[in-house]
Amino acid sequence: MDLSYGDDAEAFRGEVKAFLNAAWQPGERRRDELKAYIAEFRTNATGHGYLYRSVPKRYGGSEQPVDVIRAQVIREEFQRARAPMEVGGNGMNMTVPTLLEKGTEEQKELFIRKTVEGEYIWGQGYSEPGAGSDLAAVRTKGELSADGSTWIINGQKIWTSQGMQSTHMFMLVRTEPNAAKHDGITYLLIDLNQPGITRRPIRQMTGEGGFCEFFFDNAQTPVSWQVGERGQGWYVSRTTLKHERASIGSADGLGNQFDKLVELARETGRIADPVVRHELARIEGFVMAHRYTSFRLFSCAAAGEDPGPVSLMMKLALTEIGHEMALLAQDLAGEALLREPAAAGTRGRGPEKWLDQIMGSLGNSIAGGASNIQRNIIAERGLGLPRDLAMQAER
Amino acid sequence: MHFHLTEEQIAIQEAVRGTLADNWPMARLHAFAESDADFDPPSWQALMALGLGGILLPDSGMGLLDAALASQIAGEAAAPGPLIGQMLAVHAVALSSNPDVAGFLDDLVEGATVATLALDGSDHVQSANAARFFLTGSRNGPLELVEAGAGVTITPMPSTDRSRPLASVTFDGAMTHQLFAAGDPFIARLFDAALILVAADALGGAQKCTDMSVDYAKTREQFGQPIGRFQGLKHQLAQMALEVEPAHAFVWYAAYAWDAQLPDAPRAAAMAKAHLADVYVRCTRAAVAAHGGIGYTWEFGLNYWFRRAIFDRAWLGSPAEHRARAAQMAGW
Ligand SMILES: Cc1cc2nc3c(=O)[nH]c(=O)nc-3n(C[C@H](O)[C@H](O)[C@H](O)COP(=O)(O)OP(=O)(O)OC[C@H]3O[C@@H](n4cnc5c(N)ncnc54)[C@H](O)[C@@H]3O)c2cc1C
Repeated sequence: MDLSYGDDAEAFRGEVKAFLNAAWQPGERRRDELKAYIAEFRTNATGHGYLYRSVPKRYGGSEQPVDVIRAQVIREEFQRARAPMEVGGNGMNMTVPTLLEKGTEEQKELFIRKTVEGEYIWGQGYSEPGAGSDLAAVRTKGELSADGSTWIINGQKIWTSQGMQSTHMFMLVRTEPNAAKHDGITYLLIDLNQPGITRRPIRQMTGEGGFCEFFFDNAQTPVSWQVGERGQGWYVSRTTLKHERASIGSADGLGNQFDKLVELARETGRIADPVVRHELARIEGFVMAHRYTSFRLFSCAAAGEDPGPVSLMMKLALTEIGHEMALLAQDLAGEALLREPAAAGTRGRGPEKWLDQIMGSLGNSIAGGASNIQRNIIAERGLGLPRDLAMQAER
Repeated sequence: MHFHLTEEQIAIQEAVRGTLADNWPMARLHAFAESDADFDPPSWQALMALGLGGILLPDSGMGLLDAALASQIAGEAAAPGPLIGQMLAVHAVALSSNPDVAGFLDDLVEGATVATLALDGSDHVQSANAARFFLTGSRNGPLELVEAGAGVTITPMPSTDRSRPLASVTFDGAMTHQLFAAGDPFIARLFDAALILVAADALGGAQKCTDMSVDYAKTREQFGQPIGRFQGLKHQLAQMALEVEPAHAFVWYAAYAWDAQLPDAPRAAAMAKAHLADVYVRCTRAAVAAHGGIGYTWEFGLNYWFRRAIFDRAWLGSPAEHRARAAQMAGW
């Protein structure tokens, strides 16, 4: 075992550092001026091959060979310098990789550059009131216009994160009502600003907005915005996110949160309590196992090796550790939790701010595949146990 | 950057696994468990022939990580001891500056003589009757090598863990060699190494319990289908995997940090011992439940791992004790 990145990577780190020293000097810039500076910086950093590495140059990327170690060095140095990385969100995480793999030339040209530049913001239009864990049960209907040029869409999507800010959506639509469940779905891109679409914010249990629902009433999208074949949408949506996805930092968020939990124990004067110390150390055991497993996954990715079933467990592990932290935080914060915290980002929030994590940790056990679905995946794909009869029957 | 097992490390694990499959099958374990023996020469010699005795020699080209990988497989096979004691005694004797012990080293490395641990007291010592040496000491005192023979009294006891029978040992005027004086930093490192090797044994046992349960769930049928198709059981098995799979990298890290002498090595050792002791106990309990009636029998043998989990948890300090130490070391 060796946790150093090697001489090559360290030389590369020197280049990145030098670049950042010269190119990232935001100084006192504010608002529009800062925004313009950031956009210019991103273009500059992309020109040097540091951002949008998996995206071809002709679509605004830097088109670099896959190298998870370099990608990691870039992440570390950008974070250290507090320099902006790629525009985040569904666009870079999902739309772009899917288009790169399955999109037409026209689609790539139309969407990737604007997504990379942050102009297009994508909502994920998968869930419906009747289709959650059973995603292939989507019923939102797509029918071709008489001239065959346009999809006419009717139905409803729900729980769309960042739905209020989104300009576009990638969605799963039932276009072949007579085909088998998984074979009747088409993957469509759609412009959300049109008369046939109404959106409504849904308030989350935290009290804040965060996702919304969309109603489609003869909404339209060109046939040329369909990704992959008709009826193949389910398989298009499974396109795995490759390209330097492994990162050591994937477990850092959890570690940071744990450090804050220790801080909370200090602030509330409970850190000397042996029960609290034991609970903290017990939870930290899981945090450490998660962190070192992220090293393992990173190392396998760098070597191009398959780490095995453990990679299927990361989401559930993260979720479960989040629950444990929420429970301890609740005890540590004590009566402070009787007070609803001021909005996130407000100054002067006390221990009651942990309410955000206490509730947010529950979102993790639902969003992106509920925990029971994760358990099914671990058991069936990871351990090779036989599939559920009900689910097997419908495939 | 490399943080997964190399082909060579996997090959060594396979060799240990194969050796134990040949020399320590379930029938041997059953026979051993019913006997008064506290040591099993055939499996011992087979393991020593692989060179495990010398892994922690300073010039072996290997380190605690490799020792932990071997200990993991011993745990998986519920192998009898005292492998951990032997590896650590070799390490201590090799690095000691006491000239009187240098002559012991070759036989220890080859396994021709046996060394066992009597750290933090000698009430629960493995393979005491077979041992030629007892490695004694505490974190705050000196580390010593006591020779078997005059002045050593061994009283065997009925042991929970039938794969590692224990005896209470008393020393009264026995031949004793000091290896390291009280306060020598080597002593704390030796204790940390012991914790990591026990954590590795627990890892192997927990993985074994998980694998056995998954295999059983694929073959055992009820209601006309493999029980592994029932979601309730499936989720229990997924939970076992969720406990044990991420724990591999935890043990690797603790051993790597010890080998590289990183500042967080002592804390990682304490945390790994505590965490793996919990994981092992939860996995053995879940394994018995997953097997139904057969799991509750003596004959089937799952209980050897169950009992071993109790041993690994209680030996060399409980999770609570090591978490308290870890809290202290973190400056909480
Ligand atoms: C914060 C947040 C953000 C989200 N963002 C988006 C988004 O941007 N776009 C989008 O499309 N969706 C989004 N979702 C929706 C999310 O994907 C679904 O909520 C999720 O897949 C579960 O579906 P459901 O809500 O219909 O619950 P259900 O599927 O009805 O599940 C209810 C319960 O039943 C259990 N269950 C269901 N099926 C099984 C089974 N086969 N075996 C065992 N147990 C089962 C589940 O585990 C769960 O406990 C978001 C959800 C949340 C909470």
